[in-house]
Amino acid sequence: MSTVPETKLKRLVVVDPDLCVGCMSCMFACSRRYADAGLGYTAIHVRSVGGVERGFSVIVCRACKDPSCAKVCPTKALLLRRGGGVILNPNLCIGCGNCRNACPFGAVQWNVYLNKPVICTYCGYCVDFCPYGVLALEEVDSG
Amino acid sequence: MSARALIDEALSKVLYVDLTRKTFWVKSRPELFARYLGGTGVATQLLKEELNPEVDPLSPENVVVLAVGVFTGVYPTASKVVAMFKSPLTGNLGESHAGGRAPVAMRMAGFGAIVIKGGSESPVYLSIHDGRVEFKDASALWGVRSSLTIGKVLREREPWPGLRSIMRIGRAGEMLVRYASVILETYRHFGRLGLGAVWGAKKLKAIVVGGKRDIPVADISGYRKVYKELFDEITKSPAMQKYHDLGTPVNVLPLNKIGGLPTRNLTSNVFEGAEEVSGEAFAEYSLARRVACAHCPVACIHIAVIRERYPHEKYFYTTRYIGYDYEPIYALGTMLGIKDREGLLRLIEEVDVVGLDAMSTGVALAWTTEAFKKGLISEKDTIVRPEWGDWKTYIEMVKYLVTQPNNFYKTLAMGVKKASEVYGGTEFALVFGGNEMPGYHTGPGAHIGYLIGLRHSHLDNAGYSIDQKYVGKEYPQPRKLIDELVEEEAWRQVLSSLVVCFFSRGVYKPSTVSKALEPLGLKMSEEELRKLGTEIYKEKLKLKLRLGYRLEDLKPPKRVFETPSPFGNISEDYVREALNYYKEKILNLLST
Repeated sequence: MSTVPETKLKRLVVVDPDLCVGCMSCMFACSRRYADAGLGYTAIHVRSVGGVERGFSVIVCRACKDPSCAKVCPTKALLLRRGGGVILNPNLCIGCGNCRNACPFGAVQWNVYLNKPVICTYCGYCVDFCPYGVLALEEVDSG
Repeated sequence: MSARALIDEALSKVLYVDLTRKTFWVKSRPELFARYLGGTGVATQLLKEELNPEVDPLSPENVVVLAVGVFTGVYPTASKVVAMFKSPLTGNLGESHAGGRAPVAMRMAGFGAIVIKGGSESPVYLSIHDGRVEFKDASALWGVRSSLTIGKVLREREPWPGLRSIMRIGRAGEMLVRYASVILETYRHFGRLGLGAVWGAKKLKAIVVGGKRDIPVADISGYRKVYKELFDEITKSPAMQKYHDLGTPVNVLPLNKIGGLPTRNLTSNVFEGAEEVSGEAFAEYSLARRVACAHCPVACIHIAVIRERYPHEKYFYTTRYIGYDYEPIYALGTMLGIKDREGLLRLIEEVDVVGLDAMSTGVALAWTTEAFKKGLISEKDTIVRPEWGDWKTYIEMVKYLVTQPNNFYKTLAMGVKKASEVYGGTEFALVFGGNEMPGYHTGPGAHIGYLIGLRHSHLDNAGYSIDQKYVGKEYPQPRKLIDELVEEEAWRQVLSSLVVCFFSRGVYKPSTVSKALEPLGLKMSEEELRKLGTEIYKEKLKLKLRLGYRLEDLKPPKRVFETPSPFGNISEDYVREALNYYKEKILNLLST
């Protein structure tokens, strides 16, 4: 696996899922930044943990140092990012869905239009649209 | 008028479901959505097309329309779905709005509206996703005690977790209580006017709808800019902060202070237990979590915890959750003289479990208590002895409303209007246009507002808010009040067509709505928007008239004039003059 240099060494973190009210503003923000309104392109998934009264699971890409998704990609379309996480090379992706199935957190969302994974770019646009401080950008060391 | 075109074609898709034949079809109606924007505007037209005005609301021939609008899934606080049907409670137009996940889920499933026709022979539930409808047998779900259990069961069986809505009825809907609700997710409702009974009559137990898709816009950078402005304004506005902090129960103490809090069937306008059931007290002692409807950063939904110890086992507790809001606190609390917070939560819980409208139920129990005390009905009718504040007995009565073991409960299940016609006590039957009273005795505006509001809801024209604006000031003349109410109701037709939550009406001003439509490729001036509001108002009024609405029947119950409001006793002459002017105004409007 090759490594691509990356200057923005940040990752998205869930500060505390108990602060989440389930408004989905982060999901809409992610989709909006990438493309359009709606939720077709969001890399984030928020769902209740079995009824909203028990709170929410906020599922974001953790930018693993040793990511499962990249290991199972048969075409090396997921390149390791310096500092953790992956970068998608859409030209190599064949839409097999291995990455989605391999992520134990379920953090690889799917773009049904392109039939390719939606991979978080750790841009932090969603953070600005979380009014409750659930999400934050965190610096990671480049190792 | 309709040169507008929709960028997102999927919004114009109307899903028709025939429960009798178990078939469905989709029609594209771009002209309808481009002209009316969605929600109330579109639902009015679809109901007009599909509903025979003569039908029994509890027959399979009744039609239910669910509709979302151009802002759904696009802008924050566009978090409501509109339901329209013929109401089994009033026999007239039924319209109810709900939040939860339903609006976003419907649009994500690729439909702007769903039209439900016919009735099934045996119980069914609908699973709507990926462009199709599955009819699933619900016989085993029919008769399950708790509507919350239905949610739990379907959650495990159906796709799109997080991106779906689970709408279902409880036992009250199955038993055709005329004010049964439809419950969404946990603790949101189509509460008013008996949608739950309409589903029950159709043997429709639940609808699960969900999906995920992209909504194209005309101008992406313009869209991002407007979105950010709206989002900032919403999250920073004091009104929204208020609803986030304490939720709608923030209103308990201010209403009590001005003497506008209906208490014990409105025999009083102040409640001595207001402190105990205030938003502040619930937040302090019972609040477990605040949650939001999909795409609403405000998160006004307040969920309380009920922690109960099992009597037979030491250190063994049940921990349950229940949503609370101003209206259930009013209807099931102050109207019944209940100040025991824990007891009130249990009563609210029972009403949710069986799937009843909290407001109509509370008013029904309050009327029953007064009728019982006055000797119009006896223990033979009520089985138990209703007493103000006795929440345990009220829980028993809620169960009887569902099981209907005798003629009295069968009648009460048809609404307070019917019950008071049979047993007497119409003068203290708090009913407006056949619908039980909302929680504001703030002055003439509130009561006239309930009467002339096209769904007899406080949210039609916010008379309660107009009243509060004039506390300590000179109250407007009847004609001015009517003009204000009608203008507000006409504008709200635009908001409920887009569809945005009325709580954010301060943000979605005509100028803002006009600006927000532009990146969606829809150019409409403020003036055009206002004109559209009046057009939808007129269309709805015409539909109501076609369903047998009679302006000459509009009369508030006597009790309203007997109990002082923040402006003292409401004058019958004032109300009469206002209503006369209203009739004149409406006839003029219809002739233009």
